[in-house]
Amino acid sequence: MNNEKYDFSPDDFNLVGNTHEAFIDENYFKQSYWKDILLRFSKNKGAIAGMVFILLIAFMAVIGPTMTEHTYKSQIISHQNLAPRIKALEGLGIFDGSENMNTSTGTIEVNKYVSKDPAVTTGLEETYYWFGTDVLGRDIFTRTWTGTRISLYIALIAVIVDMLFGMSYGLISGYYGGRVDMLMQRFSEILNGIPTLVLVTLLIIVLKPGLGTITLALALTGWIGMSRIARAQVLKLKEQEFILASKTLGATNLFIIFKEILPNIFGQLIIMSMFSVPNAIFTEAFLAFVGLGVPQPMASLGSLISDAFKSFTTHPYMIIFPVMVLALVMLSFNLLADGLRDAFDPKMKEM
Amino acid sequence: MRKYIFKRIGISALTLLVILFILFIMLELMPGSPFNDEKLTDAQRAIINIKYGLDKPVLIRFFNYLKAMITGDFGVSYTISKNTPISTLLQSRLPLSLRIGGQAVFIGTIIGIILGLIAAIKHNTIFDTITTVISVIGVSLPSYVFAMALIYTLGFKLKWFPLLYQAAEPINSTILPTIALSMFTIATVARFTRTEMLEVLGTDYMLLAESKGINNFHLIFKHALRNALIPIITVLAPLVVGLMTGSLVIEKLFSIPGIGSLMVTAIQSNDYNVIITLAFIYSAMFIGIMLVVDILYGIIDPRIRLAKGDQHE
Amino acid sequence: MEKKIVLNIKDLSISFKTSSGEIKAIRGVDFTLFEGDTVAIVGESGSGKSVTVKAIMGILSNNETINSGSIDFTYHRGEETVHEDLLKLSKKDIRKRINGKRIAMVFQDPMTSLNPTMSIGAQIMEGMRYHFNATRQEAHERAIELLELVGISDPEKRMKNYPHQLSGGMRQRVVIAIALSCNPEVLICDEPTTALDVTIQAKILELIKDIQRKTGISVIYITHDLGVVAKVADYVAVMYAGKFIEKGTTEEIFFEPRHPYTWGLLSAMPSLNVTEGSLYTIPGSPPNLLNQVEGDSFASRNIYAMNIDFKREPPMFRVSDTHYASTWLLHEKAPKVEMPEQLKARIKTMLEEAYPDGRKKTTAESD
Repeated sequence: MNNEKYDFSPDDFNLVGNTHEAFIDENYFKQSYWKDILLRFSKNKGAIAGMVFILLIAFMAVIGPTMTEHTYKSQIISHQNLAPRIKALEGLGIFDGSENMNTSTGTIEVNKYVSKDPAVTTGLEETYYWFGTDVLGRDIFTRTWTGTRISLYIALIAVIVDMLFGMSYGLISGYYGGRVDMLMQRFSEILNGIPTLVLVTLLIIVLKPGLGTITLALALTGWIGMSRIARAQVLKLKEQEFILASKTLGATNLFIIFKEILPNIFGQLIIMSMFSVPNAIFTEAFLAFVGLGVPQPMASLGSLISDAFKSFTTHPYMIIFPVMVLALVMLSFNLLADGLRDAFDPKMKEM
Repeated sequence: MRKYIFKRIGISALTLLVILFILFIMLELMPGSPFNDEKLTDAQRAIINIKYGLDKPVLIRFFNYLKAMITGDFGVSYTISKNTPISTLLQSRLPLSLRIGGQAVFIGTIIGIILGLIAAIKHNTIFDTITTVISVIGVSLPSYVFAMALIYTLGFKLKWFPLLYQAAEPINSTILPTIALSMFTIATVARFTRTEMLEVLGTDYMLLAESKGINNFHLIFKHALRNALIPIITVLAPLVVGLMTGSLVIEKLFSIPGIGSLMVTAIQSNDYNVIITLAFIYSAMFIGIMLVVDILYGIIDPRIRLAKGDQHE
Repeated sequence: MEKKIVLNIKDLSISFKTSSGEIKAIRGVDFTLFEGDTVAIVGESGSGKSVTVKAIMGILSNNETINSGSIDFTYHRGEETVHEDLLKLSKKDIRKRINGKRIAMVFQDPMTSLNPTMSIGAQIMEGMRYHFNATRQEAHERAIELLELVGISDPEKRMKNYPHQLSGGMRQRVVIAIALSCNPEVLICDEPTTALDVTIQAKILELIKDIQRKTGISVIYITHDLGVVAKVADYVAVMYAGKFIEKGTTEEIFFEPRHPYTWGLLSAMPSLNVTEGSLYTIPGSPPNLLNQVEGDSFASRNIYAMNIDFKREPPMFRVSDTHYASTWLLHEKAPKVEMPEQLKARIKTMLEEAYPDGRKKTTAESD
């Protein structure tokens, strides 16, 4: 009950009549499907960070090896086991070429570039190795970025092959269904029963390790996951009416698969590929560690880490940089893929 | 239900057979196997051929090979430990690897579930973010990175745990490797638990349970967890794979005399018999776990276990 | 005999935060539930019906906040009568003392309201063991009684079944059994039959009415279906854009509606009468509650709107002791407006069917 005094104006109670339009709720501004996804993606800080780092690393992988005068295989034995030294940061006390060595008498600080005793010259006062050198006198900076190149290259090729082959396999299997599907699925199921690791290891042993072999092995084993996702999506879409509509209009099966279904599952495929990259890099790194990596003097992140492991306790700097790059690459791709997945499929309601 | 189980067993057996065949082919193709050794004269080779039945047709050789593998006659090692039957090598090593692997799975799963639960309950708070960060890191970094970090900090600098495995201290010296190995498990399980839990918490039946007046503790542990955790079994497959790969590296790093380090040594010294045997063992374990998972899933989920049988208004 | 008040909601306002802004879902609502009555809350989707009852149960989501108001609940604890403002209770208290025990709820979709991994028996027994510390034996027996009460055959066997083994109608009966398990004083049904077949619908409604007769509990029905209202309700409260715009007894609402929105609702019911022309629909759509409402929220769809409707929100005008409507048309200065002819004819038909001998007029009919 409203007890306030309210002054009514004289024409308040006049009927407005049929001159006003009935209110129709303004719809929320409808964004297109892709814009929506883009918006969600850009809100995810982790995903953006991941993307930025990937671009950064890719950039470095391209120009990194050319930034110094060394190549990835040039060895200067007299320069072996040097700690990192960066001209710009020297004065601050870090990256000044010194490292702490643990000896039987305790820890002492050693600097192979500049001797503590001003009378002694090492001949290295003007040389700078940003990431230091390894046991054969090779510049770790160059090798790290060359290694990144190779690791990324391997992963990318493997993923592309996976996507093309796995996607097609899953699409065909799911679309045709029936016998075809059953056979194809049995086959991939059996193949899946063999742990990837085992298969890759065996392949490499038989074919002799090398860049191509590793890529091939990775490609051969990674397509199954992709084909599963593709098939699941096809099965979901197959029954929908727009497919039926297409059929009644006379579309051939091939047309339907690639022009109607594919665009709709694209999102899922991208996500899966983004997840496959770190997987491939990880497997490659693992192989390197076990001794099946790329042959010397070529380097991949994995083989760098594997080599540096031996000097882990004496010269930790050798292993830190490749590890950091590796970790960053894997983290970034995972964040990116996570972000993409959330952007494409926001299940979380506001609770 | 029974049909389902039989079907799964059938496929597993078939898969194992195919794997054995592939392994067999590989064995034949192995370059530098002792029987391809150029140093042998033709006469010597002829003798070896007859002795090992290498002149018989492929299928019979395969059958013999099958028989041998199934009965545990894995042949002998050539380079690691000359002429030692592989089964002897396995005897001491297999239980150790299984133990450490088991520890890692057990601890990893429990911690993972706890983390995932906290993340889901404290959704969108700082806890959630932390857990997500841990999960992503745990999944992204190879286990040997963790291992190295652990070795350096806890082992080397702080000297809390021994750096290498010692049989005399079976528990203490396996702590670091277990932690390193379990990171992947923790990350995967946490992520998964969080997702499933969030989905369950948003369902109608949770709202109904809430309206019944049940307190938070019971709501989560009696109602939500059951539903959220059933699908966790599906995560076991990638977990096992992760453990297998991880164990090779971890065992090497910590000098644990298990089958993982054996595999690495075999690869590095081209001991093909051992490699093939271990490949078989890993495959068999993997297939076995998948089979168990498939069957378990059918049993635990009442929607699958009890058919829709009796429904009438 | 004076009917006792069980629930008294005063000036309730609820809003919730979304990524697009704050939505004022409930904008000042008054509501009274008397003992033993069945009250129906009617409204379109999004009008705020569910939010209101969720507030009563204390199960609002985290992004929903109560801006103002009070919900006075009167109940019996043993011999004494207790009054409490539900909104002032802590979540823990509501769970412990009110939910399930004194106020229980039946949800809309039976296919998703039961826990798929718990047996039917366990879900029914849970409340009793929790609130009353009943032993397994006691709870089990009572559960079987309840299953019989809600009309499920072979209850012993059903106790061990899981939800997916039951049909929709049976599941809803189980949900009702769960709600009744602790002998609550108030039963809230949120569109309990919307997800069911029409034939099952009738049975469920009968069941609830039956139970009410036997136990004397008070029932709140949420529905958008006027047919259901006619069948079960003693009182009706019509909700629009987060406010009650008309309240009255079922007969008053159906035979003497005053608010143009109610006219619209009644006119929009499909009827089997073939002599009627086209089916009437209310033009436009409900307002977006993200925005502040100026004047009467229904004004822009109201063909009887006046200038004042766009300027100021109408208060509740009294039509009778039990009948109130919030429309400026009831103001003394307002022109005499009658409901549309079509509706008048319909109501006449309804009256003739219901009261062949004529009905006693309760208030001055609009002339």
